[in-house]
Amino acid sequence: MASKSLYSPMLKKRDDFEDMLEERRTSSDLKYAFKCYTPVLYKGMPPCKTTLLKSMVLHSDQLRYVVRQVSKDTGTAPVAVQEEASAILEEMAHRLQLGPVRFFAFTLTKAFKTLFRSICVNEEGLQRLQQVVQEHPVVLLPSHRSYMDFLLMSVILYTYDLPLPVIAAGMDFMGMKILGEMLRMSGAFFIRRSFGGDRLYWAVFSEYVKTMVRNGMAPMEFFLEGTRSRTCKSLTPKLGLLNIVMEPFLKGEVFDVSLVPVSISYERILEEALYARELLGVPKPKESTSGLFKARKVLSEDYGSIHVYFGQPVSVRSLAQGRVDRSQFTMQPRHIPSKPSEDTQSFVNDVAYRLVCAQEENMVLRPWVLLASLLLQGMALEELTQQAVWLRGLVREFGAFLHWPDDKPPSEVVSDSLSLHVGLVRVADGRVWLLLEGAAAEGPGPATPEERLLDVAVQVLSCASYRNQALHVFVRPALLATAVHSASSGKKEEVFHTFSFLRNMLANEFILCPGDFEEACQQLVRSGALQVSQQEVTAMDRGQPTLSFLMAMLDPFLQGYQVVCRYLCEEASEGLTEKQFVPAVRNFTVKLLLQGNLRYSEVLSSDLQKNALAALLRLGAVRRVNGGQQVTLKVDKLMVNSLEDTLGGKLPTQKCVLARL
Amino acid sequence: MASDGSNTSSSSSIIPDRKNIAQQRLRIIAGHLRKPDTDGGVEALGCSAQENRPGAATNKTTVPRRRQEVMKWNGWGYNDSRFFFNKKGLTELSGKRYRLSGLLMPHMSDWFTSTFGASLQHTSLATPTLDPSAVKPPFLNEAFMEDLKSTGLPFTTDPEDRVFRSHGHCLHEIFALREGKVGRVPDLVVWPNCHDDVVKIVDMACKHNVCLMPYGGGTSVSSALECPPEETRSIASLDTSQMNRILWIDEKNLTAHAEAGIVGQDLERLLGESGYCTGHEPDSMEFSSLGGWVATRASGMKKNVYGNIEDLLIHVKMVTPQGVVQKSCQVPRMSTGPDIHHFILGSEGTLGVITEVTIKIRPIPQHQKYGSVVFPNFEMGVACLREVARQRCAPASIRLMDNEQFKFGHALKPQVSSVFMSFLEGLKKFYITKVKGFDPEHICVATLLFEGDREKVLQHEKQVYGIAAKFGGLAAGEDNGHMGYMLTYVIAYLRDLGMDHFVIAESFETSVPWDRVLDVCRNVKERITRECKEKGVQFPAMSTCRVTQSYDSGACIYFYFAFNYRGLSNPVHVFEHVEHCARQEILANGGSLSHHHGVGKLRKAWLKETVSEVGLGMLKSVKDYVDPENIFGNRNLL
Repeated sequence: MASKSLYSPMLKKRDDFEDMLEERRTSSDLKYAFKCYTPVLYKGMPPCKTTLLKSMVLHSDQLRYVVRQVSKDTGTAPVAVQEEASAILEEMAHRLQLGPVRFFAFTLTKAFKTLFRSICVNEEGLQRLQQVVQEHPVVLLPSHRSYMDFLLMSVILYTYDLPLPVIAAGMDFMGMKILGEMLRMSGAFFIRRSFGGDRLYWAVFSEYVKTMVRNGMAPMEFFLEGTRSRTCKSLTPKLGLLNIVMEPFLKGEVFDVSLVPVSISYERILEEALYARELLGVPKPKESTSGLFKARKVLSEDYGSIHVYFGQPVSVRSLAQGRVDRSQFTMQPRHIPSKPSEDTQSFVNDVAYRLVCAQEENMVLRPWVLLASLLLQGMALEELTQQAVWLRGLVREFGAFLHWPDDKPPSEVVSDSLSLHVGLVRVADGRVWLLLEGAAAEGPGPATPEERLLDVAVQVLSCASYRNQALHVFVRPALLATAVHSASSGKKEEVFHTFSFLRNMLANEFILCPGDFEEACQQLVRSGALQVSQQEVTAMDRGQPTLSFLMAMLDPFLQGYQVVCRYLCEEASEGLTEKQFVPAVRNFTVKLLLQGNLRYSEVLSSDLQKNALAALLRLGAVRRVNGGQQVTLKVDKLMVNSLEDTLGGKLPTQKCVLARL
Repeated sequence: MASDGSNTSSSSSIIPDRKNIAQQRLRIIAGHLRKPDTDGGVEALGCSAQENRPGAATNKTTVPRRRQEVMKWNGWGYNDSRFFFNKKGLTELSGKRYRLSGLLMPHMSDWFTSTFGASLQHTSLATPTLDPSAVKPPFLNEAFMEDLKSTGLPFTTDPEDRVFRSHGHCLHEIFALREGKVGRVPDLVVWPNCHDDVVKIVDMACKHNVCLMPYGGGTSVSSALECPPEETRSIASLDTSQMNRILWIDEKNLTAHAEAGIVGQDLERLLGESGYCTGHEPDSMEFSSLGGWVATRASGMKKNVYGNIEDLLIHVKMVTPQGVVQKSCQVPRMSTGPDIHHFILGSEGTLGVITEVTIKIRPIPQHQKYGSVVFPNFEMGVACLREVARQRCAPASIRLMDNEQFKFGHALKPQVSSVFMSFLEGLKKFYITKVKGFDPEHICVATLLFEGDREKVLQHEKQVYGIAAKFGGLAAGEDNGHMGYMLTYVIAYLRDLGMDHFVIAESFETSVPWDRVLDVCRNVKERITRECKEKGVQFPAMSTCRVTQSYDSGACIYFYFAFNYRGLSNPVHVFEHVEHCARQEILANGGSLSHHHGVGKLRKAWLKETVSEVGLGMLKSVKDYVDPENIFGNRNLL
């Protein structure tokens, strides 16, 4: 496919970044906030008034059709349904105005200047974006690691005179009274988290988005991952909104739609400890304005730099070429909602994965990410620098976007990184230690062993979130390394089967695509770790460090999945509900950890546990049974057991599971 | 048949002004084409092939056997009519045939150079004459030739004649000819004089396994006339041009029966002498033939009043290898299973030769009036056309040109003779752009043609202009309307001018439902522009469209695209790629494979997806029954 080349790491030229804050530090913020803002526009059309947009939506054929249908089915008067639609739209719609954006630009840059050393934006990406917004409706798809993401995006676009985006935001933001309205005025529109069966809501929502895309009113921005990734690992993409924004193209209403993946990499994430707690089951604080003010403490700390990379715009048209037969949409009136056909769904799914991959590829990795990866495997300080330099070579070999200041001696880079993350690590006795939270805070240490364990886990998970930023670089070779290790023979076919099994098993955990095997082979052959012939895959002696590093990286996940399997086989009761699942697995894991039967406190992460469950559901080892109010889980113990054994390398992969997949 | 003559004279005495109207109309539409040297009434000659009519070459009709004596062998239309840039850089059309002939068009060269980035100095002229050695010697089936000679039918193996019948008017066909390149051509050309002659020829072809390719007006734009290169048999081109008589006119039932080879302008002229017309006016009507219309499902500009060819057709005779197919009566409609006419309509010469056709006629309308409306943008224009269609009050013709074509039309405006006129023009422009605030970059124009009684026309005009006003349309005068229709007839000549200066162009059409008109126009135009750019075309391509026909449920869209091919190593290849992409875009957006040009060989790759596999199978089984030996082997459609 034509657009494949866009993703090829070999072709990528790393663009130059410009620090957006540099100018802000030397010139007046007020002048900046009141600067003359003249963005380029789609086909030179002036932006559309929000009231006009609303009336376009409410009077669209699409909405009228659904209103009629709903009215017929429910017996409600059409006027009442229409009113309901109007109310939904009112609740949803943005009210983008320049004033609030200027306000945010002013206040946020002030904050940014104290929080961050720099905000680096790739200039070429901005130029590409400038070009493409004039030609096609644009959809901006940033990665989502922090609340800051979308405000940051808007501020950047404002700064560089690009059209302000309209952003799909979760309804929870609206809870913050003043801020919610402020966000609305800076371009956010709010959607309910779940509205599965509500036809009317869906119709209003999709028509609202489509109207904006169709008319190229403003760049549409949303998060493919659907929510902030608490683990800093890309989440598997959600397809709903992507489906909607592609529809105007598929139905011939626009010539093309440009999708622009944006990678936002934080050197240190504001929410780092918050996420870790959340993953361990301490519920996240509800978003509230006052909560945000309480978070002022964070303002005094140093959060390093942000890198924002605007990726190569991807044309939906070129992606669809030869994949989707658009004439299928010509056989019925376009305003009648219809479920996309299977091939369209699989197309949208592939596109979504590609885009997430594109986001990952352009994530800027900081030295600390490498250090965190090493630290989690346990490392002494003097070794650390040496190992980091080794890993730097490997990471570059694998084509990652590493931002390592080459002008400084490595030891200095390492100590700089460690000092930025004083909250996580401490150097003592020539070793680097993960800091226990309890020890960091003053006061008495935690009482029970369980609490101690959780404190360690918070630190480990925080640290892991940095390692996770590099996972996309390592995951394919790591899968292969593990497959080579655990396959029953060195036959290529055998290795491939084991690889496929692992890939399939971990498909909810990592962003994986078909064709990974070949890529992983190439990477490991290039780095000298493997030798691959037509028939055989052989591990090289000099590749041992690489292979064992990679396997160690994947090990916590494999162990975690085994723990989940074991729980389901050994402890789970008949009527286990979906809600009980996570706490129950957590208790089980805590027990194992305390007994010393499990090394990785990472396994306590609810993200991992949920992903494992999703995988088992997908594979059919566990079924959801709708029992009245509660959804219970029905476990096929035989299958789960054999999956666990295969994960642990006890069974050859071919026989047991793949046969059933 | 003898009574035809008296019919004609009596009718013309009853309605004397009809004849005047007819003549006036003909002047307007087609101009005087080779003024008939005699009275040229309806001839009721018997079939006299045996005599090898000496008079046939100097027949009073438009098309002689040796077409190249009158028409270009490697371009469009008459030898005497040609656009050129004169020494002052002004554009002229030579000859006397058209309204534009002899006038100076001052804006054309500017438009041409700025639109295409072309230069008047850079020329890419055609090979002036055909090199006979470039044509392969004919491969003749001796037995067939013997039989043919014994019938006394006129035929030839002259290279010029054979080359003339080896092509239609697709760009790639004309481009090759201009370079003097000739591919597979028919091995001989035969001119039947009547139905019975055709029966004889088809019999002989079946007997000796000779491939027959019917040839009517030669205006095909679907590669339908290209000889299949894989054809190993001798190919005979069956030129129907000498079968050009109106055999009778039935005033009681308002029908006329004519031989299929008669070309549009002759049919209208001859019927006009009796005060009638068919009202079927495809843009190619100067050259295309009655039989060709039936064989391709043609559509005429004024179909809103008269209908398309399938609506006009009352009876048709076709000679097939299995014999003659025809209905036993001349009735307006019948329920006798699937209509066999619909096997013939659109058969594109794959089943047999259409020899005689009975077609509906109408009295020539009393009054004809052109008109035009300018719209602030294309979207408004389409909305207006849709409304006119909804109210079913479309005039005889209503066409909407987009902004690019509007400008193109402007470029063709002849020099204004008086200062007053140019002042008026300026005033008009000022009013539209400054007072009404129309953006010259978005403005577009609809051209109208009203027909009927004087009163009805006025009333009709009022209604249509009323609707137009609701969509921001401003009446823009008769002249602009007239010019618009003029453009249709000369545009093909203009392509030859472009080709003299490294610009190649083509047109194609489709039909779409109303709700997709704008989408198809936008997407196809953009696709063309992009594909050209991607293929290395240096200067932005021109891609423009107009809505030419409206129906209850949709419209016909006509696209033009043209680009400057300097610097391209294989311009035809690029061109074909772009055309292919444009068609795919049309299909992807819900347009049809063709509204009236037909499928031929150019578009046959898409026929299966268009009519489904079973549908194609149905067509194939008809072909297998009617022509199992593939005597009619032009390989169109299937």
